[in-house]
Amino acid sequence: MRTAPTTEPAVVTRGLVKRFGDNTAVDGIDLTIPRGGIYGVLGPNGAGKTTAIRMLATLLRPDAGEAEVLGHNVLAEPKAIRSKIALTGQFASLDEDLTGIENLVLLGRLQGFSGPAARRRGADLLEAFGLSDAAGRQVKKYSGGMRRRLDIAGSLLVTPEMIFLDEPTTGIDPRSRNQVWDIIRTLVDGGTTVLLTTQYLEEADQLADRLAVIDHGRVIAEGTPGQLKAQVGSGALKVRVVDPAEREQAAEILATTLGGGVVREADPTALTVSLQEQARTSDGLAALEQAGIGVETFAFGQPSLDEVFLALTGKPAEAEPSDEDTEEPDPAAAAAGDHTGAGR
Amino acid sequence: MSAQTTHQASQARTIRGVLLNDDQRPTPSGAASASLTYGWRALLKIKHIPEQLFDVTIFPIMMTVMMTYVFGGAIGETMAGTGDSSAAVDAYVQFLIPGVFAQTLVMITMYTGLTLNRDISKGVFDRFRSLPTWRPAQLVGALLGDQVRYTIAGVIILAVGFIMGFRPDGGLTGVLGAFLLLLVFSFCLSWVWTTVALLMRTEQAAMGVSMFIMMPLTFVSNIFADPQTMPGPVRAFAEVNPVSNVVGAIRELMEGTVDAGSITTVLIYCAVLVAIFGPLSMFIYNRKS
Repeated sequence: MRTAPTTEPAVVTRGLVKRFGDNTAVDGIDLTIPRGGIYGVLGPNGAGKTTAIRMLATLLRPDAGEAEVLGHNVLAEPKAIRSKIALTGQFASLDEDLTGIENLVLLGRLQGFSGPAARRRGADLLEAFGLSDAAGRQVKKYSGGMRRRLDIAGSLLVTPEMIFLDEPTTGIDPRSRNQVWDIIRTLVDGGTTVLLTTQYLEEADQLADRLAVIDHGRVIAEGTPGQLKAQVGSGALKVRVVDPAEREQAAEILATTLGGGVVREADPTALTVSLQEQARTSDGLAALEQAGIGVETFAFGQPSLDEVFLALTGKPAEAEPSDEDTEEPDPAAAAAGDHTGAGR
Repeated sequence: MSAQTTHQASQARTIRGVLLNDDQRPTPSGAASASLTYGWRALLKIKHIPEQLFDVTIFPIMMTVMMTYVFGGAIGETMAGTGDSSAAVDAYVQFLIPGVFAQTLVMITMYTGLTLNRDISKGVFDRFRSLPTWRPAQLVGALLGDQVRYTIAGVIILAVGFIMGFRPDGGLTGVLGAFLLLLVFSFCLSWVWTTVALLMRTEQAAMGVSMFIMMPLTFVSNIFADPQTMPGPVRAFAEVNPVSNVVGAIRELMEGTVDAGSITTVLIYCAVLVAIFGPLSMFIYNRKS
């Protein structure tokens, strides 16, 4: 859809700094974000993600450093940047008192559509996002998922070259989250560059082609999700025992035989062991069998980004993706490529 | 699962279908058109939340009736000088209505700032600021939308005043001229409130500071009493107070004694207000975090 893709990066920042009083929210960020694809910025609450994205979207002026977005300097040519980007903020960037269609017509007219053209464009977008039935309803009566979809629709009245999505799935149900993910992937297929912030490790893993991990206003790691995971070790063994009472014993056996850290999951039967050497996985399982501990399932997988975060910062990410409240089978998890087997 | 996948694929197709190509990008709307669009937004808000008209309907009626009958007997007495309280009130009505008309509209301009302060705390503010439109348009548009509110309030006050016996000698032309002048002044004064709203973190703080400015502006003026009766420093303030100048010009227009000099003075005050507080508002708006 996009004409003449260029090799020039979408975003380049050098030593970007933003302070609020004594608090340095962004403390010298260097980033190069390629055109096309999804770039994830991952970090816990208060890491500086939103501040960074707001500087790139020309809403905040950096205190130091430089940033270029789509070839324009954020301080010198903010208007040129604004004509090429769209921003979906952390809290829905919509007028809650207006109806869905009024919001889109408002944004459409501001971007230069005539009245009738803006109404047509708004109606088309509502239709495509499955919101036609709610067109005449005030946004404050929308559910979280509907708000998010309308919010993203509001960013697409004119197709942006780059879209900033600040925590697009925070606080919405898993089904809406999957819809938002699909919408984001569709945008990328259309040639738009997506910069997405998230505190959900799973989301970064699922969506991002590359990602930067941010903590206390600094980039602590950068690369593809695979590269980041490779920094942490060769993988993890996930085991579920039959009897929760035997979990503690199993944990000790696995720690001794495999020599890695053992994480006791919220599920009282589940354990995750980080592996030093993949080849010794079978030793661990054999040891469990010898001790007479029943294993319901085991799975061998890449380390999760949660483990990556732990390894990089020395502390767990403060926000955990909540898998417990998933209402339906998550197609993303099923496609994650774990080798799963049932054993005894 | 497969039904879901098919559904997702078709949703993706639909969304891709509504994305525009590069060559279908319209030129972002100009300054005037963007301001009018934001003005339209303000009107939509009135449509959805008609309660917000409370301050421009009930409040003006209250002010007009209350002020006239509380002060009418006392202050009107010195004007009529007959010792008859109903004649005193009648004399005061002729004096006070143009003043209450101006005072109420001037006080309502404060709500422009409070609405803006509320707007800023919401996500939609970031969206507006990320658009490639003329940035002051959001503020100008809000002020344009407020003209509708001011007009409603003004019509109500004049109607109540008429019922209470206000008979301006300047006739309809004089009243309309006064109305127009007051709308222009209200628009210009509103920039003070946008500045306050952008400076203050909370609506309550903005309200407090606005009231602090508003009270002397409206009370230390010629609205309720002749400044000649006030002690030196207070009188000096009342005489340079822009609100006094507006009220003076409005009284003249309504009495049919149009004086180009007083209208010019008001317009100069207007220009000065916009020249100072317009750029100041925009400076803060552009740096707002």
